[in-house]
Amino acid sequence: MVKLTIDQKEYEIDAEMSVLQACEQAGIEIPRFCYHERLSIAGNCRMCLVAMKNSPKPVASCTMPVADGMVISTNSPEVQKMRRSVMEFLLINHPLDCPICDQGGECDLQDQAMAYGWDGSRFQENKRAVKDKEFGPLVKTIMTRCIHCTRCVRFASEIAGVPELGLVGRGENVEIATYVEQALTSELSGNMIDLCPVGALTNKPYAFHARSWELKKTESVDVMDAIGSNIRIDTRGSKVMRILPRINELVNEEWISDKSRFACDGLSRQRLDNPYLRRNGRLVKVTWEEAFNAIALATKRVNGDEIAAIAGDLADCEAMTALKDLMSALGSPNIDCRQDGAHLDASVRSSYIFNSTISGIDRASALLLVGTDPRSEAPVLNARIRKRWALGSFAIGSIGCDNQLSYPVTFLGDTPKVLEELNKGKHSFSKTLIDAERPMIILGQGALARPDGATILFRSRQIAEKYGAVNNNWNGFNILHKAAARVGGLDLGFVPQDGGLNVTNIIEGARNGSVKIVYLLGADEINTSNLGKAFVIYQGHHGDVGANRADVILPGAAYTEKNATYVNTEGRVQLSQLATFPPGEAREDWTIIRALSEVLGHTLPFDNLRQLRARMLEINSIFLNIDQVAPAVWKRFGSSGRLENSQIKCGHSNFYMTDPISRASETMAQCTDTFLRTNQGKTGTDG
Amino acid sequence: MLKDSDRIFTNLYGLDDPFIKGAKKRGDWSNTKKILKLGREKIIESIKESGLRGRGGAGFSTGMKWSFMPKEIGERPHYLVINADEGEPGTCKDREIMRHDPHKLIEGALLASFAIGANVAYCYVRGEFFRETEALQRAVNEAYAANFIGDNSCGSGYKFDFFIHRGMGAYICGEESALIESLEGKKGQPRSKPPFPANIGVFGCPTTVNNVESIAVVPEIMRRGDEWFSGLGKINNTGTKLFLISGHVNTPCAVEEEMGIPLKELIEKHAGGVRGGWDNLKAVIPGGASVPLLVKEECETVTMDFDALRELRSGLGTAAVMVMDKSTDIIRAITRLSAFYKHESCGQCTPCREGTGWMWRIMERICVGNASVDEIDMLEEVTHQIEGHTICAHGDAAAWPIQGLIRKFRDEMIKRNSGNSKTIKAA
Repeated sequence: MVKLTIDQKEYEIDAEMSVLQACEQAGIEIPRFCYHERLSIAGNCRMCLVAMKNSPKPVASCTMPVADGMVISTNSPEVQKMRRSVMEFLLINHPLDCPICDQGGECDLQDQAMAYGWDGSRFQENKRAVKDKEFGPLVKTIMTRCIHCTRCVRFASEIAGVPELGLVGRGENVEIATYVEQALTSELSGNMIDLCPVGALTNKPYAFHARSWELKKTESVDVMDAIGSNIRIDTRGSKVMRILPRINELVNEEWISDKSRFACDGLSRQRLDNPYLRRNGRLVKVTWEEAFNAIALATKRVNGDEIAAIAGDLADCEAMTALKDLMSALGSPNIDCRQDGAHLDASVRSSYIFNSTISGIDRASALLLVGTDPRSEAPVLNARIRKRWALGSFAIGSIGCDNQLSYPVTFLGDTPKVLEELNKGKHSFSKTLIDAERPMIILGQGALARPDGATILFRSRQIAEKYGAVNNNWNGFNILHKAAARVGGLDLGFVPQDGGLNVTNIIEGARNGSVKIVYLLGADEINTSNLGKAFVIYQGHHGDVGANRADVILPGAAYTEKNATYVNTEGRVQLSQLATFPPGEAREDWTIIRALSEVLGHTLPFDNLRQLRARMLEINSIFLNIDQVAPAVWKRFGSSGRLENSQIKCGHSNFYMTDPISRASETMAQCTDTFLRTNQGKTGTDG
Repeated sequence: MLKDSDRIFTNLYGLDDPFIKGAKKRGDWSNTKKILKLGREKIIESIKESGLRGRGGAGFSTGMKWSFMPKEIGERPHYLVINADEGEPGTCKDREIMRHDPHKLIEGALLASFAIGANVAYCYVRGEFFRETEALQRAVNEAYAANFIGDNSCGSGYKFDFFIHRGMGAYICGEESALIESLEGKKGQPRSKPPFPANIGVFGCPTTVNNVESIAVVPEIMRRGDEWFSGLGKINNTGTKLFLISGHVNTPCAVEEEMGIPLKELIEKHAGGVRGGWDNLKAVIPGGASVPLLVKEECETVTMDFDALRELRSGLGTAAVMVMDKSTDIIRAITRLSAFYKHESCGQCTPCREGTGWMWRIMERICVGNASVDEIDMLEEVTHQIEGHTICAHGDAAAWPIQGLIRKFRDEMIKRNSGNSKTIKAA
């Protein structure tokens, strides 16, 4: 701790801090543009200048470390003059086109010009104009507005790990640019829009659609991956206009992936807004009553164990609870939430969650990735790994995935054989794991969704135990899920009950006729052409593959349209909030199941959300602790068996389209086109 | 006037052999081992005592700078970086040393590196200095061949390597931290200080950056003794210095002289006087483009040293004396300098990036009489808004010449722009 004086008051401040941080701690606002807590310090905007006693020049408070006996002045007339000066310089070449700028209303330059600037301009020359750059389908550039703070450059090279941006040129001709014009190849590029303190980088799909002050802001959670990033949903009327991150240090810091941010236009396309019933091979609009009656008719003709239900990747816990109870009332043990057939063990919680928590990555000392490509499966988590790697002495090995991540990875092999070698301590990576104080293993769905998944789970547990990844203070055994619904489903026990069929057997049963009714709760990632002659009920919000095969469609709500519970990959229970109402006849999912249960003669015993959540608590007490992660008890899990010699597949084939919402999104389609089909030969008529 | 026997750069004009034979004849590389035997502290002490101030422009005590380096060499190696990116308009001293007396530089580099505990020196040479690099490289090769430098420098057992790195001609890369960035292979942009190079310099290691001339005089000081050096010149402004006289003089030249020589004497004796006689003098820029100019009255009496020139709110800088006679359009001359600083700004920090262009544009208008009188005040205020507010001294360097002009030639500026009555809102 050091003692220093700021504006005639003495403060005791941590010696590691900068003057700017010290002032912040003292409750004094220091204007800034280039400084950002999560980026390296550039010190180039000069907005944070303060006066320091015995220093002939003012100092940039962001770069100056505190020292004992410092005397800082932040409000003297000289300092105010300095701020006005810097503001004037920033504005002389700024176009001042706020009325047509999307940043207007939430612009640092605007706000600080009001607070610290002059009321007029003395600049009589021509303003500079800068050619706009093409950064791809997500980030729009209006480079004349740029104030060259280099936050975007630092974000790209430090956080995203793609050093594609730079400050090129010199003097007043400097420009932010990709050196060779290209789209930004980061899954986190949208965060640059938030970081940009002016309107130089803006949200391209959102351009000119709304002004920030017209929007209703709802705090919620994201479901595009299993991280459960905290988001803010900005809506106008019934339309989701954009999605922004909320700060949560334990989960997403302040980043979200491009899919989380930009897939929201998919929420207003291809929506199921009316119940449908298949009549003579065609889906026709019907009333809720007709739809329910059709289901009642179908269920009457079959036994309970001929009915099955599969929960999809975006299903919320409330709907799964209701469906689970309805299925057991109907006498069906055939339920499964593991659409991809992953061999996850719902009976041991520590076997299916990210035990060390996402923030625990910061403490890990070595990392083994098994069958996972975090960059496409969870970009925000990938950035967290990169953050840990950047601190140094952090070896990362990968089994199965040799995709380019945003940090160096030792590729150990692509078959489960490597696990055996590691188990015997024979592998070259063994030493790294032995030496590591807190080794970490991240097991992906690619390794579990294969016939020998349970064995891989078993072997991975053995490795975790062998190398000291699990002890009283540290649990480095982690499962990285791809689906937002998965951990919630496992926590609720949405898995085959006594003698029930799992997802593979349900589909096989439907194909051979032993399963007569299949209830798909937003399940679109299964092969629907294998459902044979089964009567398919699809409940969901988008007209995707599941709805295409359905005999009855029950229109549900998307994640922005319901108050629901999701459990992220860490096992953190988080609540989403209703931002807009579901379109047309669509309803919140649990209410649909509740209404259906009455028609089927098995009325579920909850009439409101409170009662339903009480029922969830009955099933599993973890739902009591919102936003928290309870440590899970370490037990034996997995089963020993033979490992197959086939390649472990991981990642998404197309990061931008992984669920019904992103598949319906025009922006995501543009991304797919830009980032995945660049090698395709273009014809002369193209563009 | 400096005695010939007190001259350090005895081959400044290249009349003799610049390379090893000639250098040895001139006394270079003699007793170097004995000097090294004195030890680190003694060398730093001698340089401190000699009063040598950095010859790159800022005039900071060289010995003091060396003493900022960590005493013990830790995990990080120390480096000496020699700034040979001589780009200040009017300045042409380092190139003379490199092409005509390169061994002085190399020997100085060995001594300086030894004093700061560095085994490696990098010499960052301005890109345009092609032949100078050739000469320096040849001298380096000779020094290696003669075992003056290398694994066992001068038989002292000290390992020392000398590397030449060529720049690409950016003026800003002469700023020490931008030079370090450039040397590391990055874009040449100055770093924020602190941390200073003595703590975190090139490749994150403790580094001393010195000008070519500062390094090249070290062997001579060590051989002749610090009393000899401090006996020359004035108190606090000791020793000899290369002065570079250009512009409207009869015989422009680079010449070694004692610090504190009267400017008038320098011009009259060495540069053959002002074109058209002393009375034809209008103004002198005494220390390279970035220092404010002096008018004739000041030139009569001023002596050429750091302190005397600072008193006149100018500076010694690199001692590049630019003489302008009465035929000069002084506003046009300073406008040209403004254009230079605008062109060479790195664009990193706001006041310099935006301000240099703004100042230049106003200057262009003032120059052709297309500005209002108010704008002269405004321009002066803008220079003060830039000065001291930037990461490096480029902003100051851009502001000072204009401040000098307004201070000394305000009448001329007003005269040229009277009649325009645009009013500018007061700030």
